[in-house]
Amino acid sequence: MNVTMKKIIRHYIMENLLFTEDESILQDSDSFLDGGIIDSTGVMEIILFIEETFGIKVNDDEMLPANLDSVDNLAAFIQRKQAQAVAA
Amino acid sequence: MMPVIPRLLQDTLLATAARYPDHTALVVDDVRVSYREVTDYAYRLAHALRASGVCRGDRVAIFMDNTWQCAASIYGVLLAGGVFVLINAQTKPDKLAFILSDSDARVLLSEQNLARVFCPAAEQLPTLRVLCLSKSKALPDGVENLDNALTHMPTTLPPQSAITMDLAALIYTSGTTGFPKGVMHTHQSLLFVLNSITEYLGFSQHDRLFSALPLNFGYGLFQWLSAVRVGATLVLERSFIYPMQVFKRMNDEAVTSFASVPTIFAMMLAHDAKQQLNFPSVRILTNAAAMLPVEFIAGIRRIFPQASLYKMYGQTECIRSAYLNPALAEIKPHSVGCAIPGTELLLLDENRQAVATGEVGTLYVRGPHLMRGYWKQPEKTAEVLVPGLLPGEFMLKSGDLFRRDADGDFYFVARSDEIIKSRGEKVSPTEVENAIYSLSSVQEVVVAGIPDPLLGEAVCAFVAAREGENLSVQQIKHICNERLENYMVPKHVLLLPELPRTINGKLSRKLIMEQCVTLLPLE
Repeated sequence: MNVTMKKIIRHYIMENLLFTEDESILQDSDSFLDGGIIDSTGVMEIILFIEETFGIKVNDDEMLPANLDSVDNLAAFIQRKQAQAVAA
Repeated sequence: MMPVIPRLLQDTLLATAARYPDHTALVVDDVRVSYREVTDYAYRLAHALRASGVCRGDRVAIFMDNTWQCAASIYGVLLAGGVFVLINAQTKPDKLAFILSDSDARVLLSEQNLARVFCPAAEQLPTLRVLCLSKSKALPDGVENLDNALTHMPTTLPPQSAITMDLAALIYTSGTTGFPKGVMHTHQSLLFVLNSITEYLGFSQHDRLFSALPLNFGYGLFQWLSAVRVGATLVLERSFIYPMQVFKRMNDEAVTSFASVPTIFAMMLAHDAKQQLNFPSVRILTNAAAMLPVEFIAGIRRIFPQASLYKMYGQTECIRSAYLNPALAEIKPHSVGCAIPGTELLLLDENRQAVATGEVGTLYVRGPHLMRGYWKQPEKTAEVLVPGLLPGEFMLKSGDLFRRDADGDFYFVARSDEIIKSRGEKVSPTEVENAIYSLSSVQEVVVAGIPDPLLGEAVCAFVAAREGENLSVQQIKHICNERLENYMVPKHVLLLPELPRTINGKLSRKLIMEQCVTLLPLE
């Protein structure tokens, strides 16, 4: 599941923010901020994308780099949110 | 030896480091650096640059994010006798290559994260040396590790030969069309405007300045230069991408000064409407880069209850022209105030004659803070640096139209080339924008004129609503009908999810015209 999820996220980032198919450019642990590949609009796009794709709702106070700033962080965050939704 | 009076921009760092060596100069993420550390880094970099062949007057490009090394490198370049050229970290390879080539940069200082941008640019410039900050050993061919280059360099002052008339910086102005221009500033012009700014804002060594503006942008750069000038601390963020994190840092660090632009205020006000914001430690609040909508002021007061609000106006060619006495923020909410200390503003007509109080004229700036011109562009320079009041003196023609009241405070009317002429009437886009901003559901608006067979030009409004708010074309036309002469009411209103921005985050009429006019539903 996690591997598939990361693949989906990476594919989205590559296509919509990096505009490339060169997989070597982005490692799962790479910070989007450090790479300069994201701006405020980019963050909003990613949030819309994960909300729609993974059926979660991102709250304002969850808009933090710890949750959103790499493929790894996104996958971990989405899994936490999905687990919370199941528990609730 | 330390000069008694600062003549070179770097003298301000040397004086502050001598006086407050252990004072925190910079807070960036979790890193805190003292003035001693900044100075030692700058010394080592200066020696490394000299060893790389940098001579007095050579340009050194700094292509980095808002990091402490970026901030310290400015002084390293100056101590080497060089001219710093800061380049926005969001710049793409082609534009980077253009700036490196246009400025004849001898050395590029960058960071590994940006290798995918600078590598293609540097390939086109075989004589350029690239020094790169890197966490790992592996760097692309031809790129040297900056940390390694600094390791064995001494932390001593290299011999200085520059004088105050020498260039200190080329500041490339964000190119909304065509290629950017390098604005040439000397040590003298930058030191002068720095002293003027720190004087009217009243910064002291106890202040903790906050900025998320890029350092390549004059307004952002001067947050750092001001902190160094007075020995204050600069809390530097990379951006406002993660606002919650920024807000937390502002309170954790108890910042006393906040440098903002209308877009940041708009975002904060939208946030505040959902969840209250409060920054009681801020005593100095500044707005520049674009006119602050009057409707924002009351909300800003709630968010920053202890702050004096300084509305400021300027342009890269002189950094800063005007500021409004904060006591007048509500009394003259549409004014940008008067000339900054030690300078003069003139309002002249087409024949360079002074216009009467209340009349519209072109703004000319007079003072020691003017640029020396645009790098390698004498024709463009001659268009804006025009003969001044004394022989050999130049004034800066701002291209902006203003009015002045009886007290000598100035009111922005429009860019001279942005006045819309519709039905033969002059329409100020700003006036129409202000009307539309009075709708609380409006996030941002830009008004521009487009060619129209009947009207000459038709007034167009490009509007973005606040997130989650309902906003209709009818509402916008209605408020304009209520507030404006009918020739000013936009013929076309286009609702957009957001408005396009320049690389410095500014709204730009030109950019919006380029990108959005085709979206208009023209008959």
